[in-house]
Amino acid sequence: MEHYLSLFITSVFIENIALTVFLGMCTFLAISRRIDTALGLGAAVVVVLGLTVPLNNLLYNLLLRDGALAWAGLPGVSLDFVGLITYIGVIAAAVQVLEMFLDRFVPALYNALGVFLPLITVNCAILGASLFMVEKDYAFGESVVYGLGAGVGWALAIVLLAAVREKLKYSDVPAGLRGLGITFIATGLMCFGFLSFGGISL
Amino acid sequence: MNRYREVLTKPIFSENPIALQILGICSALAVTSSLTVTLVMCAALTAVAACANALVSTIRNHTPTNIRIIVQMTIIASLVIVVDQILKAYAPDISKQLSVFVGLIITNCIVLGRTEGFAMQNPPGISFVDGLGNGLGYSVVLIAVAVVRELFGAGKLMGFTILPLTTEGGWYPSNGFLLLPSCSFFIIGAFIWALRQRDAEQVEEPQYRIAPHTAPAPVGD
Repeated sequence: MEHYLSLFITSVFIENIALTVFLGMCTFLAISRRIDTALGLGAAVVVVLGLTVPLNNLLYNLLLRDGALAWAGLPGVSLDFVGLITYIGVIAAAVQVLEMFLDRFVPALYNALGVFLPLITVNCAILGASLFMVEKDYAFGESVVYGLGAGVGWALAIVLLAAVREKLKYSDVPAGLRGLGITFIATGLMCFGFLSFGGISL
Repeated sequence: MNRYREVLTKPIFSENPIALQILGICSALAVTSSLTVTLVMCAALTAVAACANALVSTIRNHTPTNIRIIVQMTIIASLVIVVDQILKAYAPDISKQLSVFVGLIITNCIVLGRTEGFAMQNPPGISFVDGLGNGLGYSVVLIAVAVVRELFGAGKLMGFTILPLTTEGGWYPSNGFLLLPSCSFFIIGAFIWALRQRDAEQVEEPQYRIAPHTAPAPVGD
């Protein structure tokens, strides 16, 4: 239990997927003008990461990794190289299924998250988390915790940036830096804030 | 011929994908601490963007519109797998340093944005050139950031010492701040500022403006 807790804290704060690994930056900068939309997108990312990382973990461990096909009588076969296309396929399919499921059974949630779901397929935080899961060789339980932790960390970061930008729009910024430029610099400063978690060991 | 030149050069400065359309910046931040790694990443992305554009454009008339994104994703993912395997075979050290970022070319918005926005409407030849141009536009920004970070952060370029460090008996005190990945946010911010200063029409409208002073002039009664 302690192990899982420490993995969760690590993936939320110390290795925050937006501010220390810099993934999902396109959507992070584009959809962070207002807190309520940022919150909606953040929630959608938590759900999708919590689903796709464990799914990809199962696929990797049962089908793709070196020697994983031993149960089918093919001990020398490694399907590593089709990993990338498998993960992105799983992500695209999971997002599509989730969208249809929400539309049919939880229309309120669908209306809140609906617009963001298609955007999530091409959010590199989602694919990135699956690739990190493979690189760090997590077991199934760990991958569930890591997926949720990475999602919560990303959501936390985008909500924080949206809060900064809501105040920033009242400030008098030099013309060339207005909008995108100053957002980059604000994000850079936030990254330094998150670096301070780096010294914590659990 | 002129159209080709325009398609090739426009994305490099006046419509730069990173600085103006905020596309594909994730890798711009994470891989730029060393110039060698950055050059490999740029070459990989440019190759994938150009080939994906050409391939998507070749089958554009046979692709049903409602599954076009999946078709494009599959083509891009296959190309990235090829690049990834080549890197693993011939440049294993660099492949290790790039770690997950080669795989993340799949979700790089520049590639998907160009196949969706350009290659679906244009013939293969010009689509290839467009992919090449956008890849180069991405490379210009990445290389600029990498040069600043490696030269002033570590005093080296591609591993060769340019500014001898004080720790090695030279005169240049290294600036570790620039080697931190978060520093590239400031460099890209400054880059955007410079581009927009040059080209005033790209400046964004302010969301809020202080209303002009409208109190009526005092009238004696």
